[in-house]
Amino acid sequence: MTLTFDDAGPLEDRPLPIDRTPTPGDRVFRTLAVSAGLVSFFIIVIALVMLTIRSWPAIRPNGLGFVTKGIWAPGTGKFGILGLLTGTILIAVLALAIAFPLAFCTALFINEYAPRRLRTTLTYAVDFMAALPSLIVGLWGFFVLQKPLKGVSKWLADNLSVVPIFKHSKDYSQSLFIASVAVAIMVLPIVTAVMREIFARAPRDVCEAALALGGTRWGMIRDAILPFGKSGMAGAALLGLGRALGETIAVSLILTLVYEPKLGVLSQGGGSVAANIALRFAESKLSDQALLGSGLGLFIVTLLTNLAAQRVVQRSRLA
Amino acid sequence: MRAVKTPPPAAVVAELLGPAELGDEPRRLNRIDPRETLLAAVCAAGAAVLAWTLCRFLRWDGPLPLGLIGIIAFAGIYTAAVRDQLGDEASTDRTITLLISLGAVIAGLPVIFMVGFLVVRGIGQLRPSFFTNDLAKSGPLDPRGGAKHAIIGSIEQVGLAAFVVVPLSVLTAIYLNELKGRMSRMVRFLVDAMSGVPSIVAGLLVYAVWVAAFGFSGFAASLALIILMLPTITRTSEEVLRTIPDNLREASLALGAPQWRTVLRVVLPTARTGLVTAMLLGVARGIGETAPMIMTARGQNGTNANPFKDQQSDLPLFIYNLLRQPDKRQIARGYTGALVLLLVVLSLFTLARVAGRPRKRRS
Repeated sequence: MTLTFDDAGPLEDRPLPIDRTPTPGDRVFRTLAVSAGLVSFFIIVIALVMLTIRSWPAIRPNGLGFVTKGIWAPGTGKFGILGLLTGTILIAVLALAIAFPLAFCTALFINEYAPRRLRTTLTYAVDFMAALPSLIVGLWGFFVLQKPLKGVSKWLADNLSVVPIFKHSKDYSQSLFIASVAVAIMVLPIVTAVMREIFARAPRDVCEAALALGGTRWGMIRDAILPFGKSGMAGAALLGLGRALGETIAVSLILTLVYEPKLGVLSQGGGSVAANIALRFAESKLSDQALLGSGLGLFIVTLLTNLAAQRVVQRSRLA
Repeated sequence: MRAVKTPPPAAVVAELLGPAELGDEPRRLNRIDPRETLLAAVCAAGAAVLAWTLCRFLRWDGPLPLGLIGIIAFAGIYTAAVRDQLGDEASTDRTITLLISLGAVIAGLPVIFMVGFLVVRGIGQLRPSFFTNDLAKSGPLDPRGGAKHAIIGSIEQVGLAAFVVVPLSVLTAIYLNELKGRMSRMVRFLVDAMSGVPSIVAGLLVYAVWVAAFGFSGFAASLALIILMLPTITRTSEEVLRTIPDNLREASLALGAPQWRTVLRVVLPTARTGLVTAMLLGVARGIGETAPMIMTARGQNGTNANPFKDQQSDLPLFIYNLLRQPDKRQIARGYTGALVLLLVVLSLFTLARVAGRPRKRRS
């Protein structure tokens, strides 16, 4: 839409000449819009630069140990975020493993199974769930979910301890597992919303053809909707993963922090970069600088996850 | 894809109701077949009896094992029964219908429990004094004391953020959709990247850039909120602008209006309701953000109405700090705060939906 006409001159019977030079007002307007568009670019660049500069005094003495060791000792200046990073990734992956099948069911249910009149209401409900503050999910997880999940943890440890992450423990409270259930509740709506939207874009004529040939509803979903929405599902999962990695408050309310890397998700304690920042902020200057460093690491991981997710979702929308 | 087998006239259920009629009726997927309902009811009764007996026999008390065994038993019996009546394809279909509905119900349960829990716990302290007192002078045992300072802080922080974000994000959306400049692909990419910034990282960023130099303040919290709200509102606004038909723009340009007038007088008024929805949704998101507040506004117990100077409280911080205290009464206050926050988010959300509904035109 770069066509503009010269606004001067009386109208005659000949066609107006097309003039592509913008009016002064347009020039102001364009400069404004372009600079607004560049704001997000600057924010990201400033974030990367400033976080690196400010955290450098805490990272430099630790060298590569900052990402290969699991220790947090502000007194001696030794910091290593390996345990926090593995904890963060464990929580996110586990949360996604819980949320993804449920989101898949909910998305299909809203699109294909629910009565037509209920469909909009259910879509609103999912959007509302997405708007719920993580603080509220966290406090519910801490005060209500903890007790029944301890029972589930015990059952898992008793029956599935062959799986290395389900090791036995004395205390099943405040564990990575419980935190990941809360995070699963947090990411469920966003994964559902993205998947539902992509399933809804499946070509309707193919679906109807499947039904007209006498296929069942599941046959239609299996042969018409799922092949179409495959990459969209992957994108939704990645998007959920990005959210889960950065989830802070819910985790900080539930989890007891442990800095050594550990794999047993049922036992008490675990690591989380974001929760560590929230819980240990403003202890000392050096520790704050180390927190900035761990935040930089989290930022880079989530940025990459999200860019990959956007790529995949975007491509499946175009297809 | 195989066709559904016509049911073999075998079982008792079928005889009770007579054979199914295959007429010229159109296929309706949501039509409830009385034969299948009866079949499901019989299976459910069987599963209930089985689960109950099993639980009695194994001495597994409580509703959870009973419910679980009941559901598993029902799924098994029902699948087998449908397979006998209607064949493989239909039985797979029914089993998956069952699974999907179950998954959707499980996904929806937490929200219902959460809202119920907050209402039950929080309603006790929800009285007018909650909105007119702060926590400056009230000790933990004091029945008075409320969230006045937090509510003032929340309104100021979110208001300031919205004041900057709304024009900025609409301008960005205009750049992306109306100008379509050379850099618009990159800008869209970056806006998407920003939407993935964890809220705590936004807080850290503001801390590193602003707070380290100027100290904690409500305005610092607004800065963090700007970073978090900008991508959401921009993308929603862009989607709204994209739905406006091109011929409106072309008509305006053909009448000789320059582009800025076209956008200002034609595009934006047409998109108004959608843009309002986008903003309200963004604000509803922003008002519940807790993590970045810890390192920006920091919080305090007294009332500080000046967002540009000194620590300031807000609703999420109020809740977060009270909930981690050992005292029951303080926790109860935290619950009430959470209930208020939930109500605010819910009303913003409802407002957004009402505003976004296409208006009925008067003829």
